[in-house]
Amino acid sequence: MSFMEVLMIIIPSTLLWAAPLVFTALGGVFSERSGVVNIGLEGLMWIGAFSSIVFNLTFVHVFGNWTPWISLLAAMVAGGLFAILHAVASITFRADHTVSGVAINLLASGITLFLVKYIYGKGETDIIQKGFSKIDIPVLKDIPVIGKLFFQDTYWTSYLAIVVAFIAWYIIYKTPFGLRLRSCGEHPMAADTMGINVTKMRYLGVIISGMLGGIGGGVYAEAISSNFSHATISGQGFMALAAMIFGKWHPLGAMGAAIFFGFAQSISIIGSSLPLLKNIPDVYLLIAPYVLTILALTGFIGRAEAPKADGVHYIKGSR
Amino acid sequence: MSKRLRNILVPIIAILLGIIVGTIIMVASGYDAVAAYTALWNGAFGNIYYTGEVVRQVTPYILAGLAVAFAFRVGLFNIGVEGQFMVGWLASVWVGLAFHLPKFIHLPLAILASIIAGALWAFIPGLLKARFRIHEVIVTIMMNYVALYVTNYIIQHVITNNADRTPSIPDSASLRSPWLASITDFSRLHWGIVLAIICCFIMWFLLEKTTRGFELRAVGFNQHAAHYAGMSVNKNIILSMVISGAFAGLAGAMEGLGTFGYVATKAAFTGVGFNGIAVALLGANTALGVFFAALLFGALEVGALNMPLAAGVPNELVDIIIALIVFFVASSYLIRWFIERISKKGVK
Repeated sequence: MSFMEVLMIIIPSTLLWAAPLVFTALGGVFSERSGVVNIGLEGLMWIGAFSSIVFNLTFVHVFGNWTPWISLLAAMVAGGLFAILHAVASITFRADHTVSGVAINLLASGITLFLVKYIYGKGETDIIQKGFSKIDIPVLKDIPVIGKLFFQDTYWTSYLAIVVAFIAWYIIYKTPFGLRLRSCGEHPMAADTMGINVTKMRYLGVIISGMLGGIGGGVYAEAISSNFSHATISGQGFMALAAMIFGKWHPLGAMGAAIFFGFAQSISIIGSSLPLLKNIPDVYLLIAPYVLTILALTGFIGRAEAPKADGVHYIKGSR
Repeated sequence: MSKRLRNILVPIIAILLGIIVGTIIMVASGYDAVAAYTALWNGAFGNIYYTGEVVRQVTPYILAGLAVAFAFRVGLFNIGVEGQFMVGWLASVWVGLAFHLPKFIHLPLAILASIIAGALWAFIPGLLKARFRIHEVIVTIMMNYVALYVTNYIIQHVITNNADRTPSIPDSASLRSPWLASITDFSRLHWGIVLAIICCFIMWFLLEKTTRGFELRAVGFNQHAAHYAGMSVNKNIILSMVISGAFAGLAGAMEGLGTFGYVATKAAFTGVGFNGIAVALLGANTALGVFFAALLFGALEVGALNMPLAAGVPNELVDIIIALIVFFVASSYLIRWFIERISKKGVK
């Protein structure tokens, strides 16, 4: 097997596995930049995966080939709505952000599995007819070498994820809204003094994170698993959280980390077909994202620092 | 209203709110709520077999709850109980299989192995927190996944030859007892419950009655004050994580040496560690509170298994109710504010 052939297996597979992580990690960036810790990303992905699959199965006759995309919108809306619960608990009712996130995760898995049994009368949904499928991107696929590696047998969603990451970077670092969002995460009292509505900004941060987490779950369900069951989302949300930290709470960093984790995930799955990796036990690849995150935090791979007021309640008038 | 009464009232109101919302969900989806709750009750206490199963389920919940609660009291959030639980489970079974010893040495040795494994797994985040100030939540979440994959690997490739579960442990390392099984109509009840209750007592005694416990709590209340008073904050942080992990590891032994007698590979988490968070929160992080909260959640989880058969309601409903209870306890600001309003009106 030539090196080129190996790359032609690895790169599309990496992009496929990375896309849900990129979306969800970007969601984490929005929430934590506004100062709300969001370990409920996993739960938001559950909601996204569930609603996209149910929407897809229900409306496939109506929307035809556009079904996966419209289902993705449904997942986005559902994720955004569900995230409001986290926002209400952790911002308005001053719940510990982590505890509220745990509750979100428990609630999401409970509600979605309950509804699956209620709607379909069994533990998992049917396989969707129209998911995201492999495509060759026109024009770009004809570029020599690169076209073959990056633009053939790939998925639109992977490119959408990368585009969204750049948009998120622009929003967070180049617009007044982004500056306000970040100031609420760094020093809410100063932000409040300058007339920024901290509560509103944080609600927005959490809701945007819910929307992106929902999309992440939807992409995973429609491109990878094709149905919804108790095992559809198992840890991708926490891996996205790890990507966000590994990427130092920066949209592009999170994207890079998510792509790297997607690489690790895909290698652990397709590794047995690659000559070089056949002899490495897959356990090393499976734990790589998590170990790397811990190392990143310890400062061995560049120190990762959270926003100053991440996880701190802002209570007006208190010092 | 006294502070003590209010502290008891908050979890009770949270439970009631959880049940109310759960009922609304059932009614809204056209299920018979009365039948569901009847099935739930019968599934937990309807006959002695079910009750034995409830006590069996409560055992790891108590220990997982103690693990979370102990760390909480020192101001740490050990979300890694799940991982420490899994390595504890593996270690206990491993020792159970590896040696052939008389029971009075073998069983304590296997239990000790689980405690040490859990403690070591929690030592890493404790050390990283003390040494590098890294938030323990992130490290413990990551350690959970490392535990999941590493234990799977060890089960498949070290203990067995590509099998998905280990052989069962010999009697000399087992917590099971024919007597306990016979009085509960052959449920999987085992002696672990006694250990769990002893651990409740240990936690209470350690935190409330010893100098070390005073230091640990002081660090939990205010690190700077504790430091100023000459206590070593770092040492106490590590110690609390180690003790917390020890409880979690012991919870693993309950499954490994008691309920199952073996360890199998897992596709996902068991949920015991996460339910431990719910137990600790509802129990207000006290030993006695954890005991009662574990009893409630254990009964809910076991009773729920009867709901699909007896009432046609999916047992996931109970997971929703547990999640809602956590949610309402976490949002206790709302409940406290509400109680305040009502008790003020009473004064007027």
